[in-house]
Amino acid sequence: MATDIIIHDQKDNVGVVVVEKITPKQECNCWIMENDDSVNIQSVAEIPLGHKIAMVDLKEGDTILKYGHDIGKVIKSIKKGEHVHVHNVKTKKW
Amino acid sequence: MEIPKSFLGYKRENGRSGTRNHVIILPVDDISNACAEAVSNNIKGTIALPHSYGRLQFGADLELHFRTMIGTGSNPNVAAVIVIGIEPKWTKKIVDGIAKTGKPVEGFHIERTGDIGTVMKASKKAQEFVMWASEKQREECPISDLWISVKCGESDTTSGLASNPTVGNLMDKLEPLGVHLCFGETSELTGAEKVCATRGATKEASDKFMKTWSAYNDFILKEATDDLSESQPTAGNIAGGLTTIEEKAFGNFQKIGNCKFVDVLEPAEEPKKGKGLYFMDTSSAAAECVTLQAAAGFNIHLFPTGQGNIVGNPIEPVVKLTANPLTVKGMGEHIDCDVSKILSREMNLSEAGDRLIETTLRVANGRLTCAEALGHKEFVMTKLYRSA
Repeated sequence: MATDIIIHDQKDNVGVVVVEKITPKQECNCWIMENDDSVNIQSVAEIPLGHKIAMVDLKEGDTILKYGHDIGKVIKSIKKGEHVHVHNVKTKKW
Repeated sequence: MEIPKSFLGYKRENGRSGTRNHVIILPVDDISNACAEAVSNNIKGTIALPHSYGRLQFGADLELHFRTMIGTGSNPNVAAVIVIGIEPKWTKKIVDGIAKTGKPVEGFHIERTGDIGTVMKASKKAQEFVMWASEKQREECPISDLWISVKCGESDTTSGLASNPTVGNLMDKLEPLGVHLCFGETSELTGAEKVCATRGATKEASDKFMKTWSAYNDFILKEATDDLSESQPTAGNIAGGLTTIEEKAFGNFQKIGNCKFVDVLEPAEEPKKGKGLYFMDTSSAAAECVTLQAAAGFNIHLFPTGQGNIVGNPIEPVVKLTANPLTVKGMGEHIDCDVSKILSREMNLSEAGDRLIETTLRVANGRLTCAEALGHKEFVMTKLYRSA
Protein backbone atom coordinates (compact mmCIF):
# COMPACT_ATOMS: atom_id res chain seq x y z
CA MET A 1 0.00 0.00 0.00
CA ALA A 2 1.22 3.49 -0.84
CA THR A 3 2.58 5.62 1.97
CA ASP A 4 0.57 8.79 2.68
CA ILE A 5 2.42 9.93 5.79
CA ILE A 6 5.99 9.49 7.03
CA ILE A 7 6.87 9.63 10.73
CA HIS A 8 10.55 10.13 11.57
CA ASP A 9 10.75 8.49 15.00
CA GLN A 10 8.39 6.23 16.90
CA LYS A 11 8.29 8.76 19.76
CA ASP A 12 6.90 11.44 17.41
CA ASN A 13 3.34 12.71 17.91
CA VAL A 14 3.15 14.17 14.38
CA GLY A 15 3.63 12.77 10.89
CA VAL A 16 4.34 14.46 7.54
CA VAL A 17 2.04 14.15 4.53
CA VAL A 18 4.09 12.91 1.55
CA VAL A 19 1.36 12.75 -1.09
CA GLU A 20 -0.03 15.84 -2.87
CA LYS A 21 -2.72 16.11 -0.18
CA ILE A 22 -4.90 14.05 2.11
CA THR A 23 -8.62 14.73 2.46
CA PRO A 24 -10.94 14.62 5.52
CA LYS A 25 -11.93 11.13 6.69
CA GLN A 26 -9.20 9.54 4.54
CA GLU A 27 -7.72 6.32 5.90
CA CYS A 28 -3.99 7.08 5.72
CA ASN A 29 -1.11 4.67 5.76
CA CYS A 30 1.82 5.93 7.85
CA TRP A 31 5.39 4.63 7.71
CA ILE A 32 7.67 5.06 10.71
CA MET A 33 11.21 5.49 9.35
CA GLU A 34 13.06 4.67 12.56
CA ASN A 35 11.78 1.13 13.00
CA ASP A 36 10.20 0.48 9.55
CA ASP A 37 6.81 0.01 11.20
CA SER A 38 3.43 1.00 9.80
CA VAL A 39 0.34 2.50 11.45
CA ASN A 40 -2.95 3.88 10.16
CA ILE A 41 -4.76 7.09 10.96
CA GLN A 42 -7.99 8.70 9.81
CA SER A 43 -7.52 12.34 8.86
CA VAL A 44 -9.89 15.05 10.07
CA ALA A 45 -8.74 17.90 7.85
CA GLU A 46 -7.41 18.42 4.35
CA ILE A 47 -3.62 18.55 4.70
CA PRO A 48 -1.20 19.37 1.84
CA LEU A 49 2.14 17.78 0.97
CA GLY A 50 4.83 18.48 3.55
CA HIS A 51 2.42 19.54 6.28
CA LYS A 52 1.96 17.73 9.58
CA ILE A 53 -0.89 15.68 11.01
CA ALA A 54 -1.45 15.05 14.72
CA MET A 55 -1.06 11.35 15.51
CA VAL A 56 -2.67 11.79 18.98
CA ASP A 57 -4.91 14.31 20.76
CA LEU A 58 -2.79 17.22 21.99
CA LYS A 59 -3.68 19.90 24.51
CA GLU A 60 -2.39 23.41 25.10
CA GLY A 61 1.12 23.34 26.55
CA ASP A 62 1.98 19.89 25.19
CA THR A 63 5.29 19.42 23.40
CA ILE A 64 5.41 18.47 19.73
CA LEU A 65 7.91 15.70 19.07
CA LYS A 66 9.46 15.19 15.64
CA TYR A 67 12.78 13.44 14.88
CA GLY A 68 12.22 12.23 18.46
CA HIS A 69 12.96 15.79 19.64
CA ASP A 70 11.09 18.80 21.01
CA ILE A 71 10.17 21.12 18.12
CA GLY A 72 7.73 23.47 19.91
CA LYS A 73 4.65 23.81 22.08
CA VAL A 74 0.93 23.47 21.44
CA ILE A 75 -0.87 26.84 21.80
CA LYS A 76 -4.36 25.62 20.85
CA SER A 77 -5.62 22.09 21.45
CA ILE A 78 -5.33 19.73 18.49
CA LYS A 79 -7.34 16.57 17.84
CA LYS A 80 -5.85 13.40 16.40
CA GLY A 81 -5.97 13.66 12.60
CA GLU A 82 -5.95 17.48 12.52
CA HIS A 83 -3.50 19.76 10.75
CA VAL A 84 -0.55 20.82 12.95
CA HIS A 85 1.05 24.12 11.96
CA VAL A 86 1.68 27.77 12.92
CA HIS A 87 -1.99 28.28 13.95
CA ASN A 88 -1.69 25.80 16.82
CA VAL A 89 2.06 25.34 17.48
CA LYS A 90 4.77 27.83 18.39
CA THR A 91 8.52 27.77 18.95
CA LYS A 92 9.87 27.58 22.49
CA LYS A 93 12.97 29.50 21.42
CA TRP A 94 12.15 32.98 20.16
CA MET B 1 27.96 1.44 -5.49
CA GLU B 2 31.71 1.47 -6.04
CA ILE B 3 32.73 5.10 -5.46
CA PRO B 4 35.21 6.38 -8.08
CA LYS B 5 38.64 7.13 -6.61
CA SER B 6 39.27 10.22 -8.71
CA PHE B 7 37.78 13.08 -10.66
CA LEU B 8 39.05 15.31 -13.47
CA GLY B 9 40.15 18.64 -12.03
CA TYR B 10 42.60 21.48 -12.55
CA LYS B 11 45.80 21.11 -10.55
CA ARG B 12 46.95 24.35 -8.96
CA GLU B 13 50.38 25.64 -7.99
CA ASN B 14 49.77 25.08 -4.26
CA GLY B 15 48.73 21.43 -4.60
CA ARG B 16 44.98 22.00 -4.43
CA SER B 17 42.63 20.98 -7.26
CA GLY B 18 39.84 22.97 -8.83
CA THR B 19 36.58 21.81 -10.37
CA ARG B 20 36.50 25.01 -12.43
CA ASN B 21 39.04 27.19 -14.20
CA HIS B 22 37.83 30.75 -13.71
CA VAL B 23 39.75 33.98 -14.29
CA ILE B 24 38.16 36.52 -11.97
CA ILE B 25 38.17 40.30 -11.82
CA LEU B 26 37.88 41.09 -8.14
CA PRO B 27 36.93 44.60 -6.99
CA VAL B 28 38.36 45.51 -3.58
CA ASP B 29 35.48 47.88 -2.87
CA ASP B 30 32.04 48.99 -4.05
CA ILE B 31 33.30 51.92 -6.12
CA SER B 32 35.63 49.70 -8.15
CA ASN B 33 32.77 47.52 -9.42
CA ALA B 34 32.31 49.57 -12.59
CA CYS B 35 35.96 49.13 -13.54
CA ALA B 36 35.92 45.40 -12.80
CA GLU B 37 32.77 44.91 -14.85
CA ALA B 38 34.22 46.91 -17.75
CA VAL B 39 37.29 44.66 -17.79
CA SER B 40 35.16 41.52 -17.77
CA ASN B 41 33.08 42.96 -20.64
CA ASN B 42 36.26 43.57 -22.62
CA ILE B 43 37.90 40.23 -22.00
CA LYS B 44 35.72 37.21 -22.75
CA GLY B 45 35.92 34.27 -20.41
CA THR B 46 36.57 36.38 -17.30
CA ILE B 47 34.03 37.01 -14.53
CA ALA B 48 33.72 40.17 -12.45
CA LEU B 49 32.62 39.74 -8.84
CA PRO B 50 30.89 43.01 -7.93
CA HIS B 51 29.82 43.50 -4.30
CA SER B 52 28.66 46.27 -1.98
CA TYR B 53 31.45 46.79 0.57
CA GLY B 54 35.13 47.46 1.22
CA ARG B 55 35.21 51.07 2.36
CA LEU B 56 35.76 52.37 5.92
CA GLN B 57 35.35 48.95 7.46
CA PHE B 58 37.37 48.27 10.59
CA GLY B 59 38.24 45.65 13.21
CA ALA B 60 36.85 42.12 12.84
CA ASP B 61 34.59 43.29 10.02
CA LEU B 62 37.56 44.49 7.97
CA GLU B 63 39.47 41.30 8.71
CA LEU B 64 36.50 39.31 7.40
CA HIS B 65 36.44 41.49 4.28
CA PHE B 66 40.09 40.75 3.53
CA ARG B 67 39.69 37.06 4.40
CA THR B 68 36.75 36.79 1.98
CA MET B 69 38.56 38.66 -0.81
CA ILE B 70 41.83 36.76 -0.45
CA GLY B 71 40.04 33.45 0.06
CA THR B 72 37.92 33.92 -3.04
CA GLY B 73 40.97 34.67 -5.16
CA SER B 74 42.86 31.76 -3.60
CA ASN B 75 40.09 29.20 -4.23
CA PRO B 76 41.41 26.42 -6.50
CA ASN B 77 38.46 26.91 -8.87
CA VAL B 78 40.17 30.18 -9.80
CA ALA B 79 43.12 30.02 -12.22
CA ALA B 80 44.16 33.68 -12.11
CA VAL B 81 42.99 36.95 -10.59
CA ILE B 82 42.88 40.65 -11.46
CA VAL B 83 42.33 42.78 -8.34
CA ILE B 84 41.04 46.34 -8.78
CA GLY B 85 40.64 48.81 -5.91
CA ILE B 86 40.44 52.53 -5.47
CA GLU B 87 43.57 52.80 -3.29
CA PRO B 88 46.91 51.01 -3.65
CA LYS B 89 47.35 49.76 -0.08
CA TRP B 90 44.31 47.51 0.38
CA THR B 91 44.59 46.40 -3.25
CA LYS B 92 48.16 45.25 -2.62
CA LYS B 93 47.20 43.49 0.59
CA ILE B 94 44.70 41.36 -1.32
CA VAL B 95 47.11 40.71 -4.21
CA ASP B 96 49.83 39.62 -1.77
CA GLY B 97 47.41 37.31 0.04
CA ILE B 98 46.33 35.59 -3.18
CA ALA B 99 49.92 35.43 -4.48
CA LYS B 100 50.82 33.02 -1.66
CA THR B 101 48.99 30.30 -3.63
CA GLY B 102 51.49 30.77 -6.50
CA LYS B 103 48.77 31.55 -9.04
CA PRO B 104 48.98 34.55 -11.40
CA VAL B 105 47.52 37.66 -9.75
CA GLU B 106 47.93 41.33 -10.50
CA GLY B 107 46.48 44.42 -8.84
CA PHE B 108 45.44 47.82 -10.22
CA HIS B 109 44.35 50.90 -8.33
CA ILE B 110 42.19 53.62 -9.78
CA GLU B 111 43.38 56.73 -7.92
CA ARG B 112 45.54 59.02 -10.11
CA THR B 113 44.67 56.93 -13.21
CA GLY B 114 40.87 56.96 -13.42
CA ASP B 115 38.54 54.26 -14.64
CA ILE B 116 39.46 54.37 -18.32
CA GLY B 117 43.21 54.08 -17.88
CA THR B 118 42.76 51.37 -15.26
CA VAL B 119 40.37 49.41 -17.47
CA MET B 120 42.92 49.52 -20.29
CA LYS B 121 45.84 48.32 -18.18
CA ALA B 122 43.80 45.69 -16.34
CA SER B 123 42.21 44.44 -19.57
CA LYS B 124 45.62 43.79 -21.13
CA LYS B 125 46.66 41.72 -18.14
CA ALA B 126 43.26 39.96 -17.99
CA GLN B 127 43.60 38.95 -21.65
CA GLU B 128 47.03 37.49 -20.95
CA PHE B 129 45.65 35.57 -17.92
CA VAL B 130 42.57 34.19 -19.65
CA MET B 131 44.52 32.99 -22.69
CA TRP B 132 47.05 31.34 -20.38
CA ALA B 133 44.29 29.71 -18.32
CA SER B 134 42.49 28.47 -21.43
CA GLU B 135 45.35 26.04 -22.08
CA LYS B 136 45.01 24.37 -18.67
CA GLN B 137 43.77 20.78 -18.99
CA ARG B 138 41.77 18.70 -16.58
CA GLU B 139 43.84 15.96 -14.99
CA GLU B 140 43.04 13.00 -12.80
CA CYS B 141 42.85 14.15 -9.16
CA PRO B 142 42.22 11.95 -6.11
CA ILE B 143 38.69 12.22 -4.76
CA SER B 144 40.21 13.53 -1.52
CA ASP B 145 40.91 16.77 -3.42
CA LEU B 146 37.20 17.50 -3.27
CA TRP B 147 36.29 20.07 -0.64
CA ILE B 148 32.51 19.86 -0.37
CA SER B 149 30.44 22.53 1.35
CA VAL B 150 26.73 22.16 2.10
CA LYS B 151 23.87 24.50 2.91
CA CYS B 152 20.13 24.05 2.45
CA GLY B 153 17.58 26.67 1.48
CA GLU B 154 13.86 27.27 0.96
CA SER B 155 13.59 24.20 3.11
CA ASP B 156 10.38 22.40 3.86
CA THR B 157 9.57 19.15 5.61
CA THR B 158 10.74 17.16 2.56
CA SER B 159 14.23 18.60 3.21
CA GLY B 160 14.40 17.04 6.67
CA LEU B 161 12.76 13.81 5.48
CA ALA B 162 14.81 13.19 2.37
CA SER B 163 17.06 15.71 0.61
CA ASN B 164 19.09 16.67 3.69
CA PRO B 165 19.52 13.01 4.78
CA THR B 166 20.66 12.31 1.18
CA VAL B 167 23.49 14.81 1.70
CA GLY B 168 24.17 13.13 5.06
CA ASN B 169 24.39 9.78 3.32
CA LEU B 170 26.91 11.22 0.85
CA MET B 171 28.95 12.60 3.74
CA ASP B 172 28.94 9.24 5.49
CA LYS B 173 30.24 7.59 2.30
CA LEU B 174 32.80 10.23 1.27
CA GLU B 175 34.21 11.22 4.66
CA PRO B 176 36.26 7.99 4.98
CA LEU B 177 37.81 8.76 1.55
CA GLY B 178 39.52 11.85 2.94
CA VAL B 179 37.42 14.70 1.55
CA HIS B 180 36.98 18.01 3.36
CA LEU B 181 33.36 18.81 4.30
CA CYS B 182 31.74 21.96 5.68
CA PHE B 183 28.34 22.89 7.07
CA GLY B 184 27.28 26.23 8.56
CA GLU B 185 24.05 28.14 9.25
CA THR B 186 24.59 28.94 12.91
CA SER B 187 21.13 30.43 13.53
CA GLU B 188 19.35 27.57 11.80
CA LEU B 189 20.70 25.07 14.28
CA THR B 190 18.67 26.79 17.00
CA GLY B 191 16.64 24.16 18.78
CA ALA B 192 19.06 21.41 17.75
CA GLU B 193 22.15 23.17 19.15
CA LYS B 194 22.67 20.81 22.09
CA VAL B 195 22.37 17.74 19.88
CA CYS B 196 24.70 19.35 17.35
CA ALA B 197 27.26 20.10 20.06
CA THR B 198 27.47 16.40 20.87
CA ARG B 199 28.76 15.86 17.32
CA GLY B 200 32.05 17.60 17.98
CA ALA B 201 34.94 15.19 17.42
CA THR B 202 36.63 16.59 20.51
CA LYS B 203 35.44 18.39 23.63
CA GLU B 204 37.25 21.45 22.33
CA ALA B 205 35.24 21.38 19.07
CA SER B 206 31.96 20.89 20.97
CA ASP B 207 32.70 23.76 23.37
CA LYS B 208 33.73 26.02 20.51
CA PHE B 209 30.48 25.23 18.73
CA MET B 210 28.33 26.09 21.78
CA LYS B 211 30.23 29.34 22.28
CA THR B 212 29.75 30.28 18.62
CA TRP B 213 26.06 29.38 18.62
CA SER B 214 25.41 31.28 21.87
CA ALA B 215 27.10 34.41 20.55
CA TYR B 216 24.99 34.34 17.38
CA ASN B 217 21.82 33.64 19.35
CA ASP B 218 22.55 36.52 21.73
CA PHE B 219 22.99 38.82 18.72
CA ILE B 220 19.65 37.70 17.26
CA LEU B 221 17.83 38.16 20.56
CA LYS B 222 19.38 41.60 20.99
CA GLU B 223 18.37 42.80 17.52
CA ALA B 224 14.98 41.08 17.31
CA THR B 225 11.96 43.37 17.35
CA ASP B 226 9.41 40.56 17.44
CA ASP B 227 9.46 36.77 17.77
CA LEU B 228 11.22 36.45 14.38
CA SER B 229 8.17 34.69 13.04
CA GLU B 230 8.55 36.61 9.77
CA SER B 231 12.18 35.58 9.34
CA GLN B 232 12.72 32.15 10.85
CA PRO B 233 11.12 30.03 9.58
CA THR B 234 10.60 32.03 6.37
CA ALA B 235 7.25 32.37 4.61
CA GLY B 236 8.51 29.79 2.10
CA ASN B 237 9.42 27.37 4.87
CA ILE B 238 5.96 27.79 6.43
CA ALA B 239 4.23 27.27 3.07
CA GLY B 240 6.19 24.03 2.84
CA GLY B 241 4.94 22.85 6.24
CA LEU B 242 7.75 23.86 8.59
CA THR B 243 6.29 25.33 11.76
CA THR B 244 9.13 26.30 14.12
CA ILE B 245 12.86 27.04 14.07
CA GLU B 246 13.41 23.86 16.10
CA GLU B 247 11.76 21.74 13.43
CA LYS B 248 13.82 23.50 10.76
CA ALA B 249 17.00 22.97 12.78
CA PHE B 250 16.53 19.22 13.21
CA GLY B 251 15.86 18.97 9.47
CA ASN B 252 18.92 21.07 8.68
CA PHE B 253 21.09 18.94 10.92
CA GLN B 254 20.33 15.79 8.86
CA LYS B 255 22.83 17.07 6.29
CA ILE B 256 25.87 15.90 8.26
CA GLY B 257 24.80 12.27 8.48
CA ASN B 258 26.71 10.53 11.25
CA CYS B 259 29.87 12.60 10.82
CA LYS B 260 31.58 14.47 13.62
CA PHE B 261 33.05 17.92 13.10
CA VAL B 262 36.76 18.32 13.78
CA ASP B 263 36.78 22.10 14.23
CA VAL B 264 34.69 25.27 14.22
CA LEU B 265 35.73 27.86 11.64
CA GLU B 266 35.33 31.62 11.62
CA PRO B 267 33.40 32.91 8.59
CA ALA B 268 35.55 32.37 5.45
CA GLU B 269 38.34 30.73 7.48
CA GLU B 270 40.29 28.01 5.68
CA PRO B 271 40.25 24.64 7.48
CA LYS B 272 43.67 23.75 8.86
CA LYS B 273 43.14 20.46 10.68
CA GLY B 274 43.16 18.17 7.65
CA LYS B 275 40.37 16.07 6.14
CA GLY B 276 36.94 15.67 7.65
CA LEU B 277 33.89 17.73 8.56
CA TYR B 278 34.06 21.36 9.72
CA PHE B 279 31.38 23.66 11.09
CA MET B 280 31.60 27.28 9.93
CA ASP B 281 29.94 30.18 11.73
CA THR B 282 27.77 31.65 8.97
CA SER B 283 24.52 33.42 8.36
CA SER B 284 21.74 31.15 7.16
CA ALA B 285 21.08 33.32 4.09
CA ALA B 286 22.03 31.19 1.08
CA ALA B 287 24.29 33.50 -0.95
CA GLU B 288 26.13 34.82 2.13
CA CYS B 289 26.80 31.31 3.39
CA VAL B 290 28.01 29.87 0.06
CA THR B 291 30.23 32.93 -0.54
CA LEU B 292 31.92 32.36 2.84
CA GLN B 293 32.39 28.64 2.21
CA ALA B 294 33.86 29.31 -1.25
CA ALA B 295 36.23 31.84 0.32
CA ALA B 296 37.40 29.14 2.73
CA GLY B 297 38.52 27.06 -0.25
CA PHE B 298 35.60 24.68 -0.84
CA ASN B 299 35.43 23.69 -4.50
CA ILE B 300 31.96 22.14 -4.90
CA HIS B 301 28.72 22.86 -3.08
CA LEU B 302 25.66 20.69 -2.39
CA PHE B 303 22.41 22.54 -1.85
CA PRO B 304 19.29 20.61 -0.85
CA THR B 305 16.06 22.57 -1.27
CA GLY B 306 12.40 21.96 -0.55
CA GLN B 307 10.32 24.75 -2.03
CA GLY B 308 13.03 25.61 -4.58
CA ASN B 309 15.92 27.95 -3.81
CA ILE B 310 17.73 29.02 -6.99
CA VAL B 311 21.07 30.34 -5.64
CA GLY B 312 24.40 29.97 -7.41
CA ASN B 313 27.94 31.20 -6.86
CA PRO B 314 30.41 32.64 -9.37
CA ILE B 315 33.32 30.34 -8.49
CA GLU B 316 31.93 27.35 -6.59
CA PRO B 317 29.45 25.23 -8.56
CA VAL B 318 26.22 24.76 -6.58
CA VAL B 319 24.55 21.37 -7.07
CA LYS B 320 20.86 21.42 -6.15
CA LEU B 321 18.80 18.50 -5.05
CA THR B 322 15.22 18.23 -3.91
CA ALA B 323 12.85 15.58 -2.66
CA ASN B 324 9.75 17.70 -3.23
CA PRO B 325 7.93 16.35 -6.32
CA LEU B 326 6.06 19.64 -6.79
CA THR B 327 9.38 21.52 -6.97
CA VAL B 328 10.70 19.05 -9.54
CA LYS B 329 7.52 19.51 -11.56
CA GLY B 330 7.28 23.29 -11.27
CA MET B 331 10.93 24.40 -11.46
CA GLY B 332 12.90 21.42 -12.71
CA GLU B 333 15.40 23.67 -14.53
CA HIS B 334 16.93 24.43 -11.11
CA ILE B 335 17.28 20.83 -9.91
CA ASP B 336 20.46 18.86 -10.64
CA CYS B 337 19.46 15.77 -8.66
CA ASP B 338 15.88 14.60 -8.11
CA VAL B 339 15.45 12.43 -5.01
CA SER B 340 11.66 12.81 -4.72
CA LYS B 341 11.18 9.07 -5.11
CA ILE B 342 12.31 8.74 -1.49
CA LEU B 343 8.91 10.11 -0.41
CA SER B 344 7.01 7.49 -2.40
CA ARG B 345 9.51 4.91 -1.08
CA GLU B 346 10.54 3.92 -4.60
CA MET B 347 14.11 4.94 -3.69
CA ASN B 348 15.92 4.42 -0.40
CA LEU B 349 18.35 6.82 1.22
CA SER B 350 21.45 4.89 0.20
CA GLU B 351 20.32 4.85 -3.44
CA ALA B 352 19.68 8.59 -3.22
CA GLY B 353 23.13 9.13 -1.70
CA ASP B 354 24.70 7.17 -4.57
CA ARG B 355 22.80 9.22 -7.11
CA LEU B 356 24.02 12.43 -5.46
CA ILE B 357 27.63 11.17 -5.48
CA GLU B 358 27.30 10.49 -9.22
CA THR B 359 25.88 13.96 -9.85
CA THR B 360 28.57 15.59 -7.70
CA LEU B 361 31.35 13.84 -9.61
CA ARG B 362 29.86 14.74 -12.99
CA VAL B 363 29.80 18.38 -11.91
CA ALA B 364 33.32 18.13 -10.46
CA ASN B 365 34.42 16.75 -13.86
CA GLY B 366 32.97 19.78 -15.62
CA ARG B 367 29.25 19.31 -16.20
CA LEU B 368 27.55 22.67 -15.69
CA THR B 369 25.13 22.93 -12.80
CA CYS B 370 21.62 24.26 -13.40
CA ALA B 371 22.61 27.44 -11.56
CA GLU B 372 25.67 27.91 -13.80
CA ALA B 373 23.65 27.33 -16.98
CA LEU B 374 21.05 29.83 -15.76
CA GLY B 375 23.70 32.43 -14.94
CA HIS B 376 23.41 32.49 -11.14
CA LYS B 377 26.53 34.18 -9.76
CA GLU B 378 25.45 35.47 -6.36
CA PHE B 379 28.53 36.82 -4.59
CA VAL B 380 27.43 38.30 -1.27
CA MET B 381 29.90 39.51 1.32
CA THR B 382 29.02 39.14 4.98
CA LYS B 383 29.26 42.42 6.88
CA LEU B 384 29.44 42.20 10.66
CA TYR B 385 28.52 45.80 11.58
CA ARG B 386 28.36 49.39 10.33
CA SER B 387 31.43 51.04 8.83
CA ALA B 388 33.30 53.83 10.56
